[in-house]
Amino acid sequence: MRYLPLTPEDRKAMLATIGAASVDEFYADVPEAARLGGTVEGLPDHQGELAVERHMAGLAAKNRTASEGPFFVGCGAYKHHVPATVDHIIQRSEFLTTYTPYQPEIAQGTLQTLYEFQSQVASLTAMEVANASMYDGSTACAEAALMACRVTRRQKVVLSGGLHPHYAAATRTVCEAQGIEIVQLKPGVDDELALSEAVDDETACVIGQSPNVFGTVTDLTPVADAAHEKKALLVSVFTEAVALGMTMPPGEMGADIAVGEGQSIGNPLNFGGPYVGLFACSKKLMRQMPGRLCGETVDADGQRGFVLTLSTREQHIRRDKATSNICTNAGLCTLAFSAHMTLLGEKGFTHLAQLNHEAACQLADALEGVNGVEILTPRFFNEFAFRIPDNAGEVLEKLDGLGVVGGVRASRLYPGKGMDDVIIAAATECTSDADIKAYADALTKVLA
Amino acid sequence: MSMNSQGRSTTPSEATPHSDVHTVSGSRGLQQREDLIFETGSTAKTGVDLPAPKGGMDRLGGVTRKQSVGLPGLSEPEAVRHYVRLSQKNYAIDLGLFPLGSCTMKHNPRLNEKVARMPGFADIHPMQPQATVQGALELIDQLATWLKTLTGMPAVAMSPKAGAHGEFCGMMAIRGALMARGEIETRTRVLVPASAHGTNPATAVQCGFKVDEIKADARGRVDMEDLKAKLEDSSDIAGIMLTNPNTCGLFETDIREIADLIHEAGGYFYCDGANFNAIVGRVRPGDLGVDAMHINLHKTFSTPHGGGGPGAGPTVLSEALADYAPVPFVVEEDGVFHLVEQRTDEGSDAFGRLCAFHGQMGMFTRALTYMLSHGADGLKQAAEDAVLNANYIQSRLKSVMTPAFDGYCMHEALFSDAFTAEGIETLDIAKAMIDEGYHPMTMYFPLVVHGAMLIEPTETESKAELDRFCDSMLSIAEKAKAGDESLKGAPYLAPMRRLDETQAARKPELRWSEPDKVAAE
Repeated sequence: MRYLPLTPEDRKAMLATIGAASVDEFYADVPEAARLGGTVEGLPDHQGELAVERHMAGLAAKNRTASEGPFFVGCGAYKHHVPATVDHIIQRSEFLTTYTPYQPEIAQGTLQTLYEFQSQVASLTAMEVANASMYDGSTACAEAALMACRVTRRQKVVLSGGLHPHYAAATRTVCEAQGIEIVQLKPGVDDELALSEAVDDETACVIGQSPNVFGTVTDLTPVADAAHEKKALLVSVFTEAVALGMTMPPGEMGADIAVGEGQSIGNPLNFGGPYVGLFACSKKLMRQMPGRLCGETVDADGQRGFVLTLSTREQHIRRDKATSNICTNAGLCTLAFSAHMTLLGEKGFTHLAQLNHEAACQLADALEGVNGVEILTPRFFNEFAFRIPDNAGEVLEKLDGLGVVGGVRASRLYPGKGMDDVIIAAATECTSDADIKAYADALTKVLA
Repeated sequence: MSMNSQGRSTTPSEATPHSDVHTVSGSRGLQQREDLIFETGSTAKTGVDLPAPKGGMDRLGGVTRKQSVGLPGLSEPEAVRHYVRLSQKNYAIDLGLFPLGSCTMKHNPRLNEKVARMPGFADIHPMQPQATVQGALELIDQLATWLKTLTGMPAVAMSPKAGAHGEFCGMMAIRGALMARGEIETRTRVLVPASAHGTNPATAVQCGFKVDEIKADARGRVDMEDLKAKLEDSSDIAGIMLTNPNTCGLFETDIREIADLIHEAGGYFYCDGANFNAIVGRVRPGDLGVDAMHINLHKTFSTPHGGGGPGAGPTVLSEALADYAPVPFVVEEDGVFHLVEQRTDEGSDAFGRLCAFHGQMGMFTRALTYMLSHGADGLKQAAEDAVLNANYIQSRLKSVMTPAFDGYCMHEALFSDAFTAEGIETLDIAKAMIDEGYHPMTMYFPLVVHGAMLIEPTETESKAELDRFCDSMLSIAEKAKAGDESLKGAPYLAPMRRLDETQAARKPELRWSEPDKVAAE
């Protein structure tokens, strides 16, 4: 077996050194009834690289990739171009095959990139500090709700009607287990400001999203003001990090905590994971943050270096009193994010944002030209919702038959909420003029 | 002295000790100095070429960013150098033995990486129509089958994003079952051994339970007397969270009895599967009475640790808990795979959703590739070699070091600091290992052993590598025993000396800021 260096002679020699007759002796504590005679039944034996690769390639071939043709699916994950350099960097053995940087003397590579990542995320969100990442945007959102409850010592969380339903669901799961009340405002394309009305003296935080799941961008400043008046926090969410190159970032709107999905920068779609959850907040809340933090310090010779810090918040020290049970971060995905962001720089990043916005504007213009289409999203970045005079699921299926993956039917996210005729579509820098034309032409044909 | 054809000496002359050599650049040979991107880059520089914007389009409605972002950029060659230089300050499994106990730093096969990057897996969207991702759903189904078969469990939740997330999933399933029984208000106590990973108590609390700690006995196992005492009044017992093999690297001898006692008490048995790699292919946790167990794909099934993530923690569930799995999950009907995203069936009283989308697909592809490569026979052999390697280390090191417990270990060897001289700590031994070219073992964990040193070699080390490691360890241990003060200054040969963690925590600097801004504060 190619991954096992021991030879039969090695095993024999080692057993002799130990003084054991066979490896069975090491398993003597396993209850008699639970000992398997041979190998586990029902599974094949080992195979060579060629055979395994063929099997996996066979599965891969059954999927339609986002690059194969016109593709407009968004809703929390976005098809962007990732520079070749990024994948090269994250495949460096020293990054790929190392562990959490618990021994800083031999982990400065990981630690410095985490420090740079935290700095980039803080800049991006216009917040004071950021952590070294969470699993993804949705779990970051859930952790933000818990953090707000710790900070305010209150037990009520209000979710906007434009918060991604998966984020809302993940947050509800975590909160309800701890007896935290969740108030979910009714779904709405342009209702983020309704959070202002919902905040009261028991509210720990309100959670709003911009751009929201329907693509609507909203200045949440009035929500922040309303929340702060009641001594509650504003958690500001985004699922498309590229939007922050143009749209108002959480820090400019008075958010206390900013969370979002970082997949768009440096990370492929991967059918939903692994992604990278971004988490930032104001400096005064820093010690209540969940997850890993990297900080600056010096070594015994006075040289600048970086270490994991404030670990007294964390489960391995605090156990049942920790701020979170989280034990990992998104590791390599943060590196992909950070390396891509370094290649972009402010210049490339804002440029990229502009290309995304323009592609979406062009798409909206083209679809508005299709008979019966009504754009529902009043202000958007690279994604919007629109209504068609037909069932969205059936239309998307027909579009698929014409080679166009036209977006997400809103009813998939909101079953039974009267959104059967709504499609949410996204465009990015990967969307070409030809893709947009193909969509408009195909939709015209399907709706005719 | 021999000379080459140009008269250049080919043998070294007397040298100054290298630690005294000062360099102007701050680099030291292959160790290149590398500053922060915020110091070397600029907001005007970029390493990407993008097409010119068309201009004249704006549907933002004025909700625009007011301040500049403040992100430095680098050209491509500078960026590549930045990260390659930083990479060389990292230790990695590809470089050498990485005996971090409980973390299972085994070789990460490169075929896994190749497969994960196939566009058919990497370039598909979680929300595209299910008819267009049948291969992806089939892959999830195949991996689920492997996990269920290897554990002997009937169900598996695939969406947990890491081990701790899997713990959360399993404990939430227990919560769901208790709710269905109408006992969630009364059954609030979860038993957790003192030796448990910190995530266990943290998870229990996150799920709304109270933690009650059980003692370890002199053999490093659950103290059965203490357990029985804690179960005397069992009306409030929700369950137990137990790692097996446990964090002392030992198989819980009484595991069947523990499972039975918990079940008789009306509770559920959560098994922390962090150490499944010691028994995979030889023992099925389903045969031990387990109700839920997460599986760290990055430990047992070789997905890369990536500097601390991403992980993946699919969680297998018993018949009793299967109905309380989260959405989404995959079902097959006549060769067509469906992703169930909303439940309307009996299980609709389950706890809902753990995260956006369907879990760590990029880790699923790697794990399945690894399983197919090893097969049932190879996985068993891998577990046995991991256990053999650990016992070999234990056997060789015990001449100087103090094993924490008597007898054979499973996949990791645990020592206490009893053999060290006054003033020499586990930390000093760890740092001295760095100078010998090794990553330190896990230190000060588990908490039940004083100055714990937990060494896990994994199955992917050769005997020669293990011998070299043991020679180094024995030499360090002898010094520790003799009270050699030089250990206190280690490491001497790493890219950095010991770092001041106290200073980092006292005045946390978590992000870069302009030097003049810092001065003004």
